[in-house]
Amino acid sequence: MKRYFFPALKLTLVLVLLTAGIYPLMIAGIAKMAPGKGDGVTIEKNGQVVGYANVGQQFTGDNYFQTRPSAVGYNAAGSGGSNKGPSNPDYLQVVKDRIDTFLVHNPGVKRSEIPVELVTASGSGLDPHLSPAGALVQVPRIAKLRNIPEQKLRDLVQANTKGPLAGMFGPATVHVLQLNLALDEIH
Amino acid sequence: MNTELLGIIATYAITLLIAFPLGRYIAKVFAGQRTLLDFMAPLERGIFRFCGIDPKEEMNWKQHLKALLTINMLWFVYAFFMLIFQDKLPLNPDQNAGQTPDLAFNTAISFLVNCNLQHYSGESGLTYFTQLFVITFLQFVSAATGIAALVALFKALRQKTTTQLGNFWDHLLKTTTRILLPICIVIAGILAFRGTPASFAGKDTIVTMQGDTVQVSRGPAAGMIAIKHLGTNGGGWFGANSIHPLENPDYLTNMTEAIAQLIIPIAMVFALGFFIQRRKFAYVIFGVMTAGMLALLIPTIISETGGNPAISQLGISQATGAMEGKEVRFGPTATAYWSTITTIVSTGSVNGFHDSTMPMTGMMQLIAMMTNCFYGGCGVGILNYFIFIIIAVFISGLMVGRTPEFMGHKVEAREMKIAAIVALLHPFLILAGTALSSFAIAHGWGAGWATQPGAWLNNPGYHGFSEMLYEYTSSAANNGSGFEGLTDNNIFWNVSTGFVLILSRFLPIIGPVAIAGILASKKHVPESAGTLRTDTATFGIMTFAVIVIIAALAFFPALALGPIAEYFSLY
Repeated sequence: MKRYFFPALKLTLVLVLLTAGIYPLMIAGIAKMAPGKGDGVTIEKNGQVVGYANVGQQFTGDNYFQTRPSAVGYNAAGSGGSNKGPSNPDYLQVVKDRIDTFLVHNPGVKRSEIPVELVTASGSGLDPHLSPAGALVQVPRIAKLRNIPEQKLRDLVQANTKGPLAGMFGPATVHVLQLNLALDEIH
Repeated sequence: MNTELLGIIATYAITLLIAFPLGRYIAKVFAGQRTLLDFMAPLERGIFRFCGIDPKEEMNWKQHLKALLTINMLWFVYAFFMLIFQDKLPLNPDQNAGQTPDLAFNTAISFLVNCNLQHYSGESGLTYFTQLFVITFLQFVSAATGIAALVALFKALRQKTTTQLGNFWDHLLKTTTRILLPICIVIAGILAFRGTPASFAGKDTIVTMQGDTVQVSRGPAAGMIAIKHLGTNGGGWFGANSIHPLENPDYLTNMTEAIAQLIIPIAMVFALGFFIQRRKFAYVIFGVMTAGMLALLIPTIISETGGNPAISQLGISQATGAMEGKEVRFGPTATAYWSTITTIVSTGSVNGFHDSTMPMTGMMQLIAMMTNCFYGGCGVGILNYFIFIIIAVFISGLMVGRTPEFMGHKVEAREMKIAAIVALLHPFLILAGTALSSFAIAHGWGAGWATQPGAWLNNPGYHGFSEMLYEYTSSAANNGSGFEGLTDNNIFWNVSTGFVLILSRFLPIIGPVAIAGILASKKHVPESAGTLRTDTATFGIMTFAVIVIIAALAFFPALALGPIAEYFSLY
């Protein structure tokens, strides 16, 4: 073993320097040229940071488009999902309660019209998006509370919908924070 | 065709388009032929001079393993103490505490063995210093270790009779400088430009639009996330791994990370063909591995896009599929694809929580790790597959009544014993571990423990059993993903999985390298009409059958108690 110990020790030193020292500094350097300079991309309103572009935030008010349920309360100090199995009876009760709450706050919406992401917790607890259907189903509620024609809000959702990557790959998404910022612009 | 399905087809197609030339490149690197990155040579020479290593000194299989085990032992000691004392080291802007000894034991081993089981959350359980100097470092070198061991096997297969299998240090360093680092810089660059943090700034505090004060964890994550995938490591920067919107911001990064984790495992198969100049042999292996992947992937996609039947009963239409534990920007199809590739290649990173997937999906994830050789982890995937080849050669030989031969060398009792031990070790560790933890719960062990066994599980019934089965399967496959509902940061799980991790890493490296070394040192028997050909579809099917019989059927009773029982209770 002695024959191998000192080469191993020295090679370890070099590899630590290379992979944990030089490499991360190099990436941090490259990231300086990226949006957000490697600190994370923020979204501002009137010069005030109101959030991170890639980190979802909670909207509980009925007059805003609401985000998905979260196991960590949208506090990005941590992250995580519910880790509930599909057959867990306590979990299914929670989903049932979410459906009932949604129906109370959104009269006129039928059960079968509720997109599933609105009653299930995301994996990160920080999901910034909804599907277009997840935003559209909330339109009648918000239109009524804000006295805005429904069609105008549907157009707003449409305008804030990002299609699949290159028009071909993956699902379409709606960024809830950006949608709500745009919503506040309507008078 | 819908865009979600198209997305994963494109992802896999791009993977192959990169993996094939990469395989040719890797073969050239280790054959010492000219490549694009030859400008690294002076740096490598300088490093070898500093370390007192002669990279041209040939090692036999025993010397290879001695060097490998020595340096790995060193890394373990280094990592263990760094983790315990991380609170006293620099680069800790969030003031996180040191790890407890049992957690540090588990974490150090877990990253050393390329598993990346994480019994902590990245945001609070590590500092930027340990994220880089322990985690990122080990993610590079553990992947390089697997590849270096595999290259020794390549060299054993290439020659008729030899004991000279190249130099371990040379394989290790070149893997890092010629393969891992350059590709990682590209991947990390893509991530950084799509919004993954890469600076050293600590947690940020912001007031959200509706007035909540929240914090946002950050850090030099992009580089680590690149090697976490390229090296099939899987341990995330953030607790939620690649589900986290900073760790995996959009569909493009999702494709990038999915491609990154699969290119080296597939490239190594092609590299084998180029290196030993038996391309057809490699294509047969690739075919079997791909068939195995599809057999796992298709049921997974069907069950995830079908949604949770219990939620359908509540009157909800699940147009896109099951969404618990998943993110809208990826959708269930991409999450299903990821869950399959991350379990076949031992990455263990996730873009949707496995604990919340459907029972059929959970079973596919488990079988992927139980077989653990469809592409498989960096280097070790082919080492695992090699064991099955040897067994298939032996069984085929017996069936036709000939002395089993592989690549012109007789396969005899000694090699078969090693192959059998390695093949049986995997089910033994998984089933014995699960039995032990089930016993602990059933018999109320650990009255004095901080976490009572009764509080381990996050879900009742069959699914709870699956959580334990998954944890040991993931450990034994050096995968690292989890049914994360399991309360695993306590002495029982930290220590028991720690030992499973060590055994299931090093024995499956030692075994195949030893077999290859022993075979290569034997007299070469020229091929004749009576030789069993190993580069035919027939032999491929034979190997597939051996994998199914040994790896999958051993686990059937355990699967019946977990995901299969849950399936029938739900559908």
